[in-house]
Amino acid sequence: MNKNSNTYIIIYASVMVVIVAAVLSFASLSLKNIQEENVKIEKKGDILRSVGEGGEADQVADKNAYINEMYAKYIVDSYAVNVAGDKVDGVDAFALLSDLKAQYDKPEKERTLPVFVSKNDEGNISYVIPVWGAGLWGPVWGYIALADDWDTVDGVVFGHKSETPGLGAEIATPAFQAQFKGKKILQDGKVVAIKLQKGGAPDDDPYAVDAVSGGTLTSVGVENMLKDCLKDYDAFIQKQLSASSGTAANVVNQ
Amino acid sequence: MSKQEKEPLFSAKNMKLLTAPFGQNNPITVQILGICSALAVTAKLKPAFVMALSVIVVTGFSSMIISLIRKGIPNRIRIIVQLVVVAALVILVDQVLKAFVYDVSKQLSVFVGLIITNCIIMGRIEAFALGNKPWPAFLDGVGNGMGYGMILIILGFFRELLGSGTLWGYPVLEKIGLYNIGYVNNGLMILPPMALICVGLIIWFQRSRNKNLIEK
Repeated sequence: MNKNSNTYIIIYASVMVVIVAAVLSFASLSLKNIQEENVKIEKKGDILRSVGEGGEADQVADKNAYINEMYAKYIVDSYAVNVAGDKVDGVDAFALLSDLKAQYDKPEKERTLPVFVSKNDEGNISYVIPVWGAGLWGPVWGYIALADDWDTVDGVVFGHKSETPGLGAEIATPAFQAQFKGKKILQDGKVVAIKLQKGGAPDDDPYAVDAVSGGTLTSVGVENMLKDCLKDYDAFIQKQLSASSGTAANVVNQ
Repeated sequence: MSKQEKEPLFSAKNMKLLTAPFGQNNPITVQILGICSALAVTAKLKPAFVMALSVIVVTGFSSMIISLIRKGIPNRIRIIVQLVVVAALVILVDQVLKAFVYDVSKQLSVFVGLIITNCIIMGRIEAFALGNKPWPAFLDGVGNGMGYGMILIILGFFRELLGSGTLWGYPVLEKIGLYNIGYVNNGLMILPPMALICVGLIIWFQRSRNKNLIEK
């Protein structure tokens, strides 16, 4: 058979493509469950880290089992809220995480945003809010854990797709994230989020942390992400605060 | 398999295919192929090691598969057939990494996909696999993959040790108490330019030992 005839080439190419496609789709289908599980475990691990739990994930032999166990132990509740500040029923908050971008692409009124509630060994409640935004080269995301007063930051975790190593990528380091602990997001009861200040934030400023030197655009991205995402929770936080101050007032009245 | 009966599997000639890439025919330091991924993934030892393994798998099996079907490949779409085989293998490797070493696959990010464009693979297929039997082609591919991997691991070792003070994530320098006497990690080591300088140093070292490699 003439190997350079058009018929031969077309048949050869078609058969090859069919075989390769079959092999690849088989591999993709058979590994899909494990891969999706890995992505879930990563998100659970991030939520746990934002409240300072699950720190031994890298040391334990079975990371997935460890994370699942810790998640079940410390994350006591999760729900979804809308921008008007009401809880939305029947939405799996964790499922929202798989495509947070889709929510932020919607008009404000249609967004459904997740909140995770964690309770540590001492019985302290933290609320974990996932955030999503744009860095310099690609998306940045994170989880911000707020204390019971919806004001003080208990911890943050940031991740990024492709920020510059050594510069913008520093947002993913524990040293950078540690700065956020103890900062405040509410000023006069309104969400102002946290600024990333170039040249260093004054120590006594509860609303600012040091920006990443050499990573200005990433820092701006993180700052905008915090501001934009937390703003959507503003109404919900107000309602929570007035509810809790209401109960506090009741206690005093009694 | 009467062909292989004539010649033992690991004959001197076949062993040479496997070992030559370590020394005077190293893909990175002598042929200067595959530099860019070598710079990008060697800031830590573990990703460097996983990358090395992935490349060995791809070079070995792509050479073998191409060699198996070499008599049937229409010459006019030769390069396309090679690319399809390599790309399919790379996707398989990528899927497996995502399933079983998710953390590392995130660090390697696009560079697993970019194995497709690694010049070593196409170079070995064109230069060797198309004209040789599957077994020698497989050894040649694995040998070249290992020669590449060796440099990656050497780079990863020094860059992680000097840049982060750890090895495979284990804080070596902290354990031996080097920080207490004022030692500071060299941040430049984890940036790509320093990897290029390190490759240069390895090439320098290799050429000073082996005068045959010095170009006139």
